[in-house]
Amino acid sequence: MSAHNPAHGAAHNLPADLNPSPATSQVAFDPSLAPPGAAALHEAHGHSMVAHQFDDLAQQHEASTLGMWAFLATEVMFFGGALTAYAVYRATYPEAFAAASRLENWFVGALNTGVLLCSSLTMALAVHAAQMGSRKWIVNWLLITVVFGTAFLGVKAYEYNHLIHEHLFPRADTFDAPRHDHETGVTKPPHFPPELRRPAQLFYSLYFGMTGLHALHMVIGIGVILVVAWQAWRGRFSPEYHNPVEMTGLYWHFVDIVWIFLYPLLYLIDRT
Amino acid sequence: MTTLDYIPAAVEPRENYLNISYRLKSWLLTVDHKRIGILYLISITAFFIVGGAFATLVRLELATPAGDLMTAETYNKVFSMHGIIMVFFFLIPSIPATLGNFLVPLMVGARDLAFPRINLLSWYLFMIGGTLGIVAALSGGVDTGWTFYTPYSTAFSNTNVVLTGLGAFVAGFSSILTGLNFVVTIHKMRCPGLTWMRMPLFLWSMYSASLIMLLGTPVVAIAIVLLAAERLFGLGIFDPTRGGDPILWQHLFWFYSHPAVYIMILPAFAVINELITCFSRKRIFGYKWVAFSSLAIAVISFFVWGHHMFVTGQSVYGGMIFSFLSFFVAVPSAIKVLNWTATLYRGSVSFDTPMLYVFFFLGLFVIGGLTGLFLASLGFDVHVHDTYFIVAHFHYVMVGGVLMAYLGGIHFWWPKMTGKMYPEWIAKFAAFTIFVGFNLTFFPQFFLGQLGMPRRYHSYPEEYQVLNVMSSAGATILAAGYALPLFYLVWSLRYGRAAGPNPWGATGLEWLTPSPPPTENFEQTPVVTKEAYHYSDKELQVVGA
Repeated sequence: MSAHNPAHGAAHNLPADLNPSPATSQVAFDPSLAPPGAAALHEAHGHSMVAHQFDDLAQQHEASTLGMWAFLATEVMFFGGALTAYAVYRATYPEAFAAASRLENWFVGALNTGVLLCSSLTMALAVHAAQMGSRKWIVNWLLITVVFGTAFLGVKAYEYNHLIHEHLFPRADTFDAPRHDHETGVTKPPHFPPELRRPAQLFYSLYFGMTGLHALHMVIGIGVILVVAWQAWRGRFSPEYHNPVEMTGLYWHFVDIVWIFLYPLLYLIDRT
Repeated sequence: MTTLDYIPAAVEPRENYLNISYRLKSWLLTVDHKRIGILYLISITAFFIVGGAFATLVRLELATPAGDLMTAETYNKVFSMHGIIMVFFFLIPSIPATLGNFLVPLMVGARDLAFPRINLLSWYLFMIGGTLGIVAALSGGVDTGWTFYTPYSTAFSNTNVVLTGLGAFVAGFSSILTGLNFVVTIHKMRCPGLTWMRMPLFLWSMYSASLIMLLGTPVVAIAIVLLAAERLFGLGIFDPTRGGDPILWQHLFWFYSHPAVYIMILPAFAVINELITCFSRKRIFGYKWVAFSSLAIAVISFFVWGHHMFVTGQSVYGGMIFSFLSFFVAVPSAIKVLNWTATLYRGSVSFDTPMLYVFFFLGLFVIGGLTGLFLASLGFDVHVHDTYFIVAHFHYVMVGGVLMAYLGGIHFWWPKMTGKMYPEWIAKFAAFTIFVGFNLTFFPQFFLGQLGMPRRYHSYPEEYQVLNVMSSAGATILAAGYALPLFYLVWSLRYGRAAGPNPWGATGLEWLTPSPPPTENFEQTPVVTKEAYHYSDKELQVVGA
């Protein structure tokens, strides 16, 4: 990114001394210095992919990349707020949080982490295919990414179902109630001794809150990938222009990285 | 301006962003940053009127010691809705979303913001958030104060907390998207020759404010999500009976809401830079200091939130650090005020309406800022915490600072936005009315607070009545002052003199394009060859005032 580049577009065409005499006005409307008007430029390049506010594809690409990174920065702060809450309560109630996280199935979590990492690989391959200009493989890799993403959500749904069945959803009425198994007829006591019950419930509040927000991001990501895959199938992208594929990729990798933080925090710390 | 040459504008019908189409659809689906700026201008004016109506009710109730106009519960809702609407739906979008939207692309010499459709989306999000807020107000209101403190807001209040919170949440995303657009535009869309050090300081301030919008707003967003989840599903995160910590809400809330003060005031600084140089006919004093002090404010503002929490039982060392940092964040603000004052020195100062607002801003912001230093002191803050001293302090910053700069900016760029001049004498009259009304309203509140009158009560002991009556009387004058621009600015749309491209003889790219500008802003991409504010070495002309 050329953050320190004084200007875009025709800047490199300018003479080194832009200010020949102090008496001239601040701004010279010299057609020989300025790039042609937007419309003319639009036609000259023949790219219908350059939006009217940009001069060329390079500027457009830089702008959308910076925009996506800026958006991801806000996402970091968004999850950061939830992680702060988690850190505060983990530090306040270490024993209860350790006991609660032990009830998570670390193996299923690890499996899901693997699924998500694979989806990041296929996403990277989709971007690569876009750079190579392979319409077919953009679509293929994107759809495989969707399959991995959906698999992750499926496993997540299984985990949620299990936890709710185990009375670990943080609702006071079920969380504290004995667990009655209709098939075996056995009634088991609540998971936690009374003194750990409230903080353990906090753990599960944060668990469902944070993984839920993460899953919501996955759902949005899958939706976006499907739209981009459809655009790719319609032949909208080329090696010169494939911003949407790249930006979707950035977003998808970000959502993966969030999970890479959530998995150890929620499943692994203090297990032993 | 009378000393400058007067060149009548050649009046010819010309296509511009306003007359290109008159259909409703052409406004509601526009991606033109100038039209979106106008949409915001109309919307936030409506919200200002609603928020002002709630303020009127507050001042009416407080005109007498007895709580005779409304019940305590109603009063709680009235001041809460006043705060929520004014902060989230007026002050935060005020200057960035109207003047910023209109001016940032013009000032960088671009055809539009980097993401015009996202810009339109941000207006729709703002309107959805605002509508939710209004619906919440009409369907019973909310009584938590604009700060939604837990556990009252989660466990006890039976009012529309979730709906109002949702409104603030959605409007927050509008703010994030506006900030994102400004950051990318200023980085990537500057015209040839416009280096960072040649940018108008308007852009530096707007850029700094945008950074806070990007990095602060998502934190209050997640806090509101947790609050709503707690109310709806009983998560317990802020509930002390279930191991949660209500103070955590205050941390998360103020982590955004203190920097949010700078989301409001930095754009006000942005406006002052442009106005004070133009009406002093001088280069700004200490360009780099003013530019980097904006960034310094943006950074330091993230580390001062604990000064809202001196009496929550946070550790005394934490309090001392937050106290020190709160003093520290005043340094860059002071640098700005001193540099503006130095800019006036030996300038050819003229007293047009926008410049009047600059002077009002300087005086009132200094009072607001210095009383902020009082409040950054641990001991004094404990004495006046939750009293009218606080109310007076932040109204001096928010109204005396932000609103004065906003009105000054609206007057300054009104000819550019509409192509029409407003009537000068009545504008000056309105400005003085606002200044007098403002001070009469809020200065007595410093005394009330120092004497111990707590905020957020609908009745009070009789010894506070004289000062409260002064305040209510001032509010009447203030309301009249605010009403005037509504009328004469609308009047000027039809009857105002045609403004030429540059009625103030100002520097800056926005003055090189016709008023109102064409949709594409510039016929040719401008090329910048000089630094900003070169008033001293340019034969600037008033082009068609």
